[in-house]
This record gives sequence, C-alpha cells and structure tokens, in this order.
Amino acid sequence: MNAPVPTDRLASPSPASNVVPGTPAGPPRGDGILVDRVSVTYPNGTTAVRDASFALDPGTICALVGINGSGKSTVFKAIMGFVRPSAGAVRLCGMPVAQALKRNIVAYVPQSEDVDWNFPVLVEDVVMMGRYGHMNMLRIPARADRAKVDEALERVGMAAFRKRQIGELSGGQKKRVFLARALAQEGRIILLDEPFTGVDVTTEGAIVALLRELRAAGHVMLVSTHDLGSVPDFCDQVVLLDRTVLAAGATAEVFTPENLQRTFGGALRNFRLGGAALHQDADRRSLTVLTDDERPLVFYGDPDSDGEGRT
Amino acid sequence: MSMLADWITGPLAYPFMQRALVVSLLVAAVCAVLSCYLVLKGWSLMGDAISHAVLPGIVIAHVAGLPLVVGAFAAGLSCALLTGYLKENSRIKEDTVMGIVFSGMFGLGLVLFTKVETDQHLNHILFGDVLGVSVRDVIETAIVAGGTLLVVLALRRDLLLYCFDPGHARTIGLPVRVLHYGLLVLLALTIVASLKAVGIILVIAMLIGPGATAYLLADRFGRMLAVAVATAMLSAAIGTLASFHIDGAPGACIVLTQSLFFGLAFLFAPRNGVLARRRVPAGTA
Repeated sequence: MNAPVPTDRLASPSPASNVVPGTPAGPPRGDGILVDRVSVTYPNGTTAVRDASFALDPGTICALVGINGSGKSTVFKAIMGFVRPSAGAVRLCGMPVAQALKRNIVAYVPQSEDVDWNFPVLVEDVVMMGRYGHMNMLRIPARADRAKVDEALERVGMAAFRKRQIGELSGGQKKRVFLARALAQEGRIILLDEPFTGVDVTTEGAIVALLRELRAAGHVMLVSTHDLGSVPDFCDQVVLLDRTVLAAGATAEVFTPENLQRTFGGALRNFRLGGAALHQDADRRSLTVLTDDERPLVFYGDPDSDGEGRT
Repeated sequence: MSMLADWITGPLAYPFMQRALVVSLLVAAVCAVLSCYLVLKGWSLMGDAISHAVLPGIVIAHVAGLPLVVGAFAAGLSCALLTGYLKENSRIKEDTVMGIVFSGMFGLGLVLFTKVETDQHLNHILFGDVLGVSVRDVIETAIVAGGTLLVVLALRRDLLLYCFDPGHARTIGLPVRVLHYGLLVLLALTIVASLKAVGIILVIAMLIGPGATAYLLADRFGRMLAVAVATAMLSAAIGTLASFHIDGAPGACIVLTQSLFFGLAFLFAPRNGVLARRRVPAGTA
C-alpha cells in the first residue's frame, strides 16, 4: 500500500506531449463526443447522472474520473446506447447514438471483471469479433478482415498468443487482446473501462503509447479510471464526475487538487508535505499526494497557485 | 464383434425402434447445439423453466383443438417473457423470478390436466413416449428440430458474441434484444420438438448435459459444438438401443448415458479434467 513512488512517475510530461499538432485552439466543439445536458434516470427511480455536459474533439484522450457510483458507467452506457437519457442528448461524430452504432463508430474495451475468461474463445476469435460489424449476415471473415486482425494483434504485440484460450493470459495480455479488438473494429471513438487495473507497468506503458498513436490518427478516447497518477501523463482532457460534471476541460486547468477534493470528497487519501516538514529553506512550495488505491497523484508547488507549479 | 452387431441391429428390426432412434437422434442434435449456448450464457435454469411452463399450453391446446406444438410453444414463450417483465419491474433477481413463474405455470398445468378429459397420458408428456411415435410425429419433429438447427447455425456467431460480450455486440450495432428473445424462441422450439422423445422433464438434462461435457473438453466454440452434438447423438443411440435390451425407459437411458459421458469428461478431460489437474500442480498451467 505504502510502496515508495518511483521517481519517473513524479515527473510530469512536458506540456508539449499533450498538444496534438493541428488541433484547433479554443474549447472543444464536440465533433467527437458531445454530451449535452444529459440526465439518466433508471426504471427504479434513481437518477444516476443529472445535467451532464462535456465536449470532445477528434484527436483527444480524455479521462473520466470519479468515485464508484459517480455515474462513470452510466455515462459510458449512454454513449453506447444501453440507456436512453431522460433529458438531453448524446451525439457521436455529429450523429445520434443509434446511427453511430450502426456505422460501427464506437469501440468498447471492457473492464476485466466483466469478461468471462473461461469462455471457449481464442485470442484471435476475440479480435475477429471486432470485425463483425464490417461483415455480412453470416459473419464469414473476408481476406481484409483477417488482415485487420493480424495487424491489430501485431500492433499490441500479441501475435504470438493468437491461438491461446483467453483465460491462459496474464492481466496485461488480456487487456491488450481487447485493445486489439478495438483496433480491428476501426472505431473512431474508443471507450476504455479501467484499462490499467491489474496491468503491469510495462503493459501500462505500451497501452499509453498505443493510445497516443491513436490520438495522433484522430481517434477520440474516453478512459474511465481511478488511477489518478497516470492521468496527467497521457490525457489532454479530463471530465470530473460526481452524478453530474463537476469540471471538464484541459487537464492542466481541470486536474487540480481543489477540483479533485471536490470530486472525491473524503474518499481520497491526501498528504500534503510543506515548509519545514519537507525542506529547511525558504522555499514555500509544498508536496501534495492524492491517492485512492492506485498510483498516487503528486503535486509539487505553492498551495495557493492552483497547482500551477506541478513538477 | 457379431454380438455387438446383433446388439445394434436386433432392435432395429422393429419399425417402432427405427422411428424411436431417428427421433432421438434429431432431438439430441438440436438440444446439444442449444445447450452450448445455455451453458455459456448461464441460462441452464431457463431451459428448466420453459420446459415446465409448457404443460398448461399443451392442455389448453388440447381443449381448443389446436396442435399441441402450438400451445406448448406459446406457453414456453410466455414464461420467458413473463420472467423478463417481472425481473425488469421488481427488485427480485432473475433466478427467483424464474422459479416462481415456471413452478406456477407447472402447477396450473397439473390442475388443468386433472380437470380435462384427454387421451394424453401425463407420464408421456413428462417423460416422453419415444417408442410410440408415429411417422407423422417423426416428420413433425424433423421439421421443428431441423428449422431450429438451421436458424441457430446461421446466427451462431452473433449468438456467441451476444453470450460472450453483450456490450460489444450492442456497440457494433447488433440487435441484442432480437438476439436475446430469438434465443428464447429457439429454446422454446427445441423443447417443443423434444416433447415426444424425452418429455418436458428429461429435456432439461438434454439441454444441459452435452454442453457441459463439451465445455470441459473444448477451448474453442466450434469444437465445443461438434463435441456436444457428437456425445449427445452417441448417447441417444446407445440409450435408445440399451432401453430395448434392458426394457427400460428410453428417455431415461439416454439421459443416463449423457451423464456417464459428463462423468468421463470430468475425470479425463485432457486439460480441465480432475486427473489432468492433479498431474500439473496448480498455478503452473
């Protein structure tokens, strides 16, 4: 639980890594995902999300951050068309959800706990499932489908495992198989549900590298996560959720200690080391560590300057 | 060798045994295919529910002068729909809802049955009467079973994806509600097709056994289907012939043979069997 934080994780990425060339300046217009004043009420009467709005453009990696029960999975379900908003609307690449799904625009990488790993399917079968939307009624793969599967497996480094039953894989390999399925599907919008849970550091790095490539190719990725420490590394946008959108926008502006305190309330461990406790000089900056159970988020700077001095 | 040949050909000298064998093989095949989906979807109890719920439909169809198949199908389907409706509109979990619906419908069927004058024997409905099937019954079974089999095989990849990952199925635009209720309809049809051969109680075993056996033996769905159909048809043949020699009930003999196959798979499956696991210390596989 209290393992020392590796130093490489303390380093924040250079600001340039979060700026995609060719991205128009100004606030996102929602050409990728537009969630517009969405409320979702379930048949049993609970309103899981109220009046939530955010907008993401193509070429974006956005973190969806909130505690359990904050409505993360409801937002995912609304985007995937599982639940119909009781108010507001979701538009994907400018289209209503139903139309976007028919066009195979949305790819979903499920949480590991949601998958039956004993299911009698091989790695290549799962990746081929990404191609079903491109096939005819009988789902008989064409040469192009096989080529896309090969390419996707190659890209996530799982080609050697293609004949394995999925239960035989490690946590990180399992994730990469489902990522390969999303690649094979060629969806413009990729939803990832807790992609780093149960994943080793190498795989985490590989996944992040792949997501950056996809961002450069113009995909929109929405990543549901409570792994706060990794968010500033690769997400250019953040949506903070607590039954509504508390804040949404560029990571540097939104992902601040104050906003995170609001999002997580008391559910977050918070360490602040400052002044005399940290060093014996006139430096007024303090070290703030925010963590739930995953990788901690570290702020280093003047507590009064909105985390601007994060290093 | 000739003893084995006699054991097989002896009973088949009788036309009623020939018809029984054909019907058993047909029913075994279609049940085996469905059982693979039920085992993977965790719907074993659904087969149980629908088969029990068929009883009132049969009685009502008899009174109304309709083909029994129609009544059975309608009742089986209403059970599935009612279960879905109750689950979505209450806090009760699905298995509990199913238990209430099917036992209630089975009770209704039993009450109706004793109130109605009928030429049907309750035992034949419950446990099948494969030795008494007519040529017409064989044709009817062949049509229902064959049609069901064709639809399942045509939709097999979509149904598999729906069982494996309904979320993904939905996001790539598959009609998951149609697949969900389609699978239920196919299940109801399968049970109706199996009525004559094994009855509504023993069909439950036919809808679980082969899939469970194959699940232990195969790590790919295509192979699972093949293994399930093979063991089910082999069991049907062995069971039917054995019932002739030991003068036992054919349906029960078939189910017993299937259970034996499951036991063998449980013990000797190359990778998942108990003995194989014992050889390889846990965690190194």
